[in-house]
Amino acid sequence: MFKDTEHLIRLAAVLILAVVAFVALRAAVVPKSFGQYGHYRANAIGEIAARPVAHAGHEVCEGCHTDVVDQKKLGRHIVVPCEACHGAQAKHTDDPATIKPPKLDTAVVCSRCHEANSAKPKAFPQVVTADHAQGLACDTCHQPHRPKIEENKTEEAAASKPAVKSATGGKK
Amino acid sequence: MQIPVEGFMYPNEVELQWSVLIVLYPFITGLVAGAFILASLERVFRVRAVKPTYRLALLTALAFLLVAPLPLQLHLGHPERSFEMYLTPHRSSAMAMFGFVYLWYLMAVLLLEIWLDYRRDIVLKAQSTSGLTRVVYRALTLGSSNISDRSLSIDDRVGYVITLIGIPSAFLLHGYVGFIFGSVKANPWWSSPLMPIVFIFSAMVSGIAAVMLLYMASTKLRGKEIDIRCVDVIAQYLFYTFVIDFSLEMVDLLQRIYEADESFRSLDFMVHTRLWTSQVIIQILLGTVTPIVMLGLTQVVKMSEAARKRIYAIAGSLTVVGIFAMRWNVVIGGQLFSKSFLGYTTYKMGFATREGLLTAIVLMLLPFAILWVLVKLLPPWPDATSHASGTAPAHGTT
Amino acid sequence: MEITRRRLLVLLPAAAVAWKYIQAGTPEASPNYKLSEHWWGMLIDIPKCIGCGSCVRACSAENDVPDGYFRTWIERYHVPDWAIERPEVESPNGGKDGFPPNQSTGKNFFVPKLCNHCADSPCTQVCPVGATFVSPDGVVLVDKNYCLGCRYCVQACPYGCRFINPKTNTAEKCTLCYHRITKGLTTACAEVCPTGARQLADLKNPSDPIHEFLKTHSVQVLKPHMATGAKVFYNGMDGSVR
Repeated sequence: MFKDTEHLIRLAAVLILAVVAFVALRAAVVPKSFGQYGHYRANAIGEIAARPVAHAGHEVCEGCHTDVVDQKKLGRHIVVPCEACHGAQAKHTDDPATIKPPKLDTAVVCSRCHEANSAKPKAFPQVVTADHAQGLACDTCHQPHRPKIEENKTEEAAASKPAVKSATGGKK
Repeated sequence: MQIPVEGFMYPNEVELQWSVLIVLYPFITGLVAGAFILASLERVFRVRAVKPTYRLALLTALAFLLVAPLPLQLHLGHPERSFEMYLTPHRSSAMAMFGFVYLWYLMAVLLLEIWLDYRRDIVLKAQSTSGLTRVVYRALTLGSSNISDRSLSIDDRVGYVITLIGIPSAFLLHGYVGFIFGSVKANPWWSSPLMPIVFIFSAMVSGIAAVMLLYMASTKLRGKEIDIRCVDVIAQYLFYTFVIDFSLEMVDLLQRIYEADESFRSLDFMVHTRLWTSQVIIQILLGTVTPIVMLGLTQVVKMSEAARKRIYAIAGSLTVVGIFAMRWNVVIGGQLFSKSFLGYTTYKMGFATREGLLTAIVLMLLPFAILWVLVKLLPPWPDATSHASGTAPAHGTT
Repeated sequence: MEITRRRLLVLLPAAAVAWKYIQAGTPEASPNYKLSEHWWGMLIDIPKCIGCGSCVRACSAENDVPDGYFRTWIERYHVPDWAIERPEVESPNGGKDGFPPNQSTGKNFFVPKLCNHCADSPCTQVCPVGATFVSPDGVVLVDKNYCLGCRYCVQACPYGCRFINPKTNTAEKCTLCYHRITKGLTTACAEVCPTGARQLADLKNPSDPIHEFLKTHSVQVLKPHMATGAKVFYNGMDGSVR
């Protein structure tokens, strides 16, 4: 009887061997931290957290650029973080002498916030750049850190927000 | 490469994630499951008429099953990590569990069944051939050369049990593929409890049609006479399975149209535009309704053998194309619309790229090449075995 | 101890190394951060969003996001009258360069989108190998050294926040700037937002302003019917938002 099932027993042996080999392989190859917190490699958490930061954060900028802070404090842009316009500057704050942030093109930077768009809150200062600036870059007239133009104006011009559909804006 | 978008899509949705290779995968595993079910018709349900196709069906299933992982490997971002699915399978992931279903089906069911059915022939060939072929056959015998009547009858009984287990395993194999899609709640084109059932039945349809076509073609090529009663019965099973499959799909469609939930307008538009040709023309009209009507005709109208064979060939071919189109419409269709239901994108299929059309064509031809090798190694023909006249036994042939 | 020049030469680099260790270490190794003490989320205040795109640019710079893919993006909605189910939405380059001038009348607003760091995340449910997961502190992360790039998670996310990074061929998405928040910083997007429309929230911290805010405002999550346990809360969100 045994003779007649010999081939099946050999087959079973092959299968068992395969299973054993698989289990051994698994023990050797599966990363050690796998399963520590859940069904994943726990070390991945540390690897992801170890990435260097690219934005320094406005407090770091303000540590050195106190003059700019003083300017901003006088106007509405005090709430605008430095890196919102200047981009990620952790490299600069790590090595201020060698790495300098590039000069910004205000025609591009300012319009991102201030281009008139009916999806923006009504109270938010916005202009149709083509009409308002007439080809000039914004910093021709506005100081970006303290953008409101105080002098010049008639009362209307001073009081009116540079709102949607302003024609010439009455700027000098 | 700019992809044309209509309406609004979430920015990351514009590029399709799953390509034509992922269309191939359910198509191929479907053929496997269907071919196996056909084989089991004879083995378990004692439908004697389809016996001539028994071994061919098994070899067909094996050839396609061996190719099945290839489109997946070519699609993965990191194919070298694919073994992770066996090392650390995530039990909540249908894809991970499918890796084991596939392995189980391949090893415990298909290979075992083929081995048991062919064992006598393998042992005889190991003794009668020489050179490299002999080495192959000897390896396949696992070192045992016992082909006494008793051992063969034990094989027969074990084989019967394997087939018995194999039937639900085949359903599991392709039902799981359906579940991989059907369980994605984020995608309303896929998410449906009917998905696994529809996939199973369409798999059976494609597998039965494929084996029928292969049997007819290979018999013709070998210059032999097609067993008309065999194909008559196969065609009958094909017809009734198709009717069930079509009904299921229509039930799903009618329910969607009637309930018209938030995704409906978007999906409906997609079917009427981007999927019109592949879904309505190819899948439904040419690939389902036409073969059903043709096969139905053979059931009610008396026809000559020649006419029937011609109809079976045409209907079978249309069926296979139609089921491929169904996989296309599920996989590609499910990615053409935005999950915001506000837009549509386009599938740009490359040609000679890793996931392009050429690759898909080669992958579809590969199983036939493998089948050719298998057929040489383990001839499935009813008239080609060494004990055609003889004493009883091994189950598989005439 | 007298600080001689020699001692300073030793002390300074030692201090620099120590600082680097604190900055770049694993959360467990970093003495200040305990995984179990945090449960991260975010608050987005829609009426405050001006669609400037600073968040999209900051995220891209902070995380090396490849062009054409987005870990966060901004959508502009236009809702024609009562057609709340058929808004017109656009997101030119994800809002990265802001939005072009637009004077359309009716209801218009911006919606910033990002990974919702779902507590019952469908993307982690389908990952076949455990390459994406919900960390013990509530952030859904991707282990790019383990990911196969099968894209099942991208299919499973109802919010469209995932993509495959063409350089690494692995899945990628917003990490809630995990490398920043574990060092006591805020996310890059919240850092640069000029109006405070995006705020990081630590739901486990009893003194986090989110708790008071949730009590006093009507907030929603995206696609609540999907029951994903999303932890990005939207204040003032219109019913037309998809």
